[in-house]
Amino acid sequence: MTTNATAPTSPPGRGIPRPKATTARRTSVFLSTHPRTRLALLLSAPLFWLALVYVVALAALLVTAFWSVDSFTGQITTEWTLDNIITVLTGSLYQTVTLRTIGVALLVTIIDVALALPIAFYMAKVASPRARRLLVIAVLMPLWASYLVKAYAWRSVLSQDGILEWVLAPFGLHTPGYGLTATIITLSYLWLPYVILPIYAGLERVPDSLLEASADLGGKSWPTIRHVVLPLAAPAIIAGTIFSFSLSLGDYITVNIVGGASQMLGNLVYTNVGAANNLPLAAAIALIPIAIIFGYLALVRRTGALDNL
Amino acid sequence: MMRISRTARRGVTVGLAIGSVALLTACGTTSGTPTATEEALTELGDGEGQVSILAWPGYVEDGTNDPAVDWVTPFEEETGCQVTSKTYGTSDEAVNLMKTGEYDVVAASGDATLRLIAGGEVQPVNTDLIPNYEGIYDFLKEKEWNSVDGQSYGVPHGYGANLLMYNTDVFTEAPTSWDVVFDKASENAGKVTAYDSPIYIADAAVYLMAHQPELGIENPYALDEEQFQAAVDLLKEQRQSIGEYWSDYLKEIQAFESGDSVVGTTWQVIQNVLADSGAPTDVVLPEEGATGWSDTWMVASDAANVNCAYEWLDYIASPEANAQATAYFGEAPSSDAACEFREDCEAYHAGDEDYASQIWYWTTPIAECVDGRTDVECVDYAQWTEAWSEIKG
Repeated sequence: MTTNATAPTSPPGRGIPRPKATTARRTSVFLSTHPRTRLALLLSAPLFWLALVYVVALAALLVTAFWSVDSFTGQITTEWTLDNIITVLTGSLYQTVTLRTIGVALLVTIIDVALALPIAFYMAKVASPRARRLLVIAVLMPLWASYLVKAYAWRSVLSQDGILEWVLAPFGLHTPGYGLTATIITLSYLWLPYVILPIYAGLERVPDSLLEASADLGGKSWPTIRHVVLPLAAPAIIAGTIFSFSLSLGDYITVNIVGGASQMLGNLVYTNVGAANNLPLAAAIALIPIAIIFGYLALVRRTGALDNL
Repeated sequence: MMRISRTARRGVTVGLAIGSVALLTACGTTSGTPTATEEALTELGDGEGQVSILAWPGYVEDGTNDPAVDWVTPFEEETGCQVTSKTYGTSDEAVNLMKTGEYDVVAASGDATLRLIAGGEVQPVNTDLIPNYEGIYDFLKEKEWNSVDGQSYGVPHGYGANLLMYNTDVFTEAPTSWDVVFDKASENAGKVTAYDSPIYIADAAVYLMAHQPELGIENPYALDEEQFQAAVDLLKEQRQSIGEYWSDYLKEIQAFESGDSVVGTTWQVIQNVLADSGAPTDVVLPEEGATGWSDTWMVASDAANVNCAYEWLDYIASPEANAQATAYFGEAPSSDAACEFREDCEAYHAGDEDYASQIWYWTTPIAECVDGRTDVECVDYAQWTEAWSEIKG
């Protein structure tokens, strides 16, 4: 055994010359052998953004829920107090509005799922590839228009001399006018694409062979849907409900436009930030939908719905 | 390894959270106690070459929104003060923005002025240094919303009343009283509208002043606990008949055009728009009187460009500029001379002192009753906003 035999370096003048050990090269060698450092460097900028600008800013805002405000000068007093939380938890106003908001969000979710299921099923399993593309575009199209345009469009549709009244009047029916019904209709319309798309994506992943197998075994359409399609699509459906439910919980613009005299949690937050200039109370109210949606997410976590988002 | 890096990351996050909370705390406590004892200027110097203005939309137009609407450029040419301006949407927003100290001048309504004065955000104004102040209607000067202890805090701009609008197809005879939106509101249940702001509680107080004299309301912005409760109860009763509340004036225009609203509070400018479109509506100032607004141009307490600020206050009070700005916004101007530059002064009852005396101009409700009572404590604006949420339910 000679020292030459164990030396890994190639003799000069033979083979590929060894590159110069510049800083850039040393760094890249280091990174290629340390995958975790590589990952950390790659993610540090977006994580910094997420943590500082998004999470911390939101947390800092919510911390104000434990502060109070000087009613006259509008200055925030930074003394810790649970007053706002207690007000929000015990005030009958907040309880009523919370129940109303949850009711609206639930109804919107049910309506959207009922509408989205057949559309998504047709798109995923029945339509030709060409028709499928057109349908995806059709579903996405409303998203290209501004939220406000769509909400105001519904305001004129639902109005006393709007198109709905014109269509319904010959049948002795009338437009619901502005109010909670109008809010539910408009929100259902606004969030429908967000429910169709995850369900469509979920159904597309259900293998056709399973449907064929069910048919071969004598399963008719309805049992096939009930025993094969729905269980497989359940996580996707729940993923869709997360959108319609959470978006409805936080909405205040639609209620403002077509809700008549009704208000939801979002309106209370908005009034307290804008008119009342009471940021601490607004932050305390904002904790309600956050708590509800966290509860909901914890509930559906095990169904695998979150993987479908 | 994994665990260590995760803990480290959490440590950073917590550190940042604590850091930013500490920062916020620092911001909150440096504000100090407000003082309103500053002296007004005694003489003016040369213009600083610039002035920054905070105002309602439509008050400071330099032609960028509509080339035909421009009264800022003549001011800039005349005085050499370049104007930068920012608009705000609500009085509360204005109060918040003034706290940044970035503005020299603010156009504030009466529900913000007292808060600005008490918060030390604006300085007393020496009206002797403003030649055009002379021409302004006397009934707008030295009011509780633009002066404190006889010291003026600004120059009145335009004013207007919150009128009663009704659908002429539904009301063949013009209503003369606010009872159509209060005691008789149920006759048009679902089609009554009201202004969506805590300050609307004052409208109920104006009605109670005439119809329940035993409550002893002297000023709708100075309500003690009992009077306040009566107004709130009246509004909760009214809530049963409300179709919708409005704060966006386009929303009200559309609601009256389509017949979704047939009666409720409004502004003259809304009636003007509806009349142009041929909608069957009209307005009236009911016998009980009405609430209204009167805006004031004020100077920031730490204004960097105080001379240009005074130049602006004088300019915007000049008949021509005042006529342009108030006409564009849809309100009465603050002087007779301005009416020479406008043709619609009559519609706004400009200078009609009888008419103006029926208007209770928006004032911030404070604990120290603005009607001068000292034996009771009045309900302050914070409680007004709280009650307003409850009324809407």
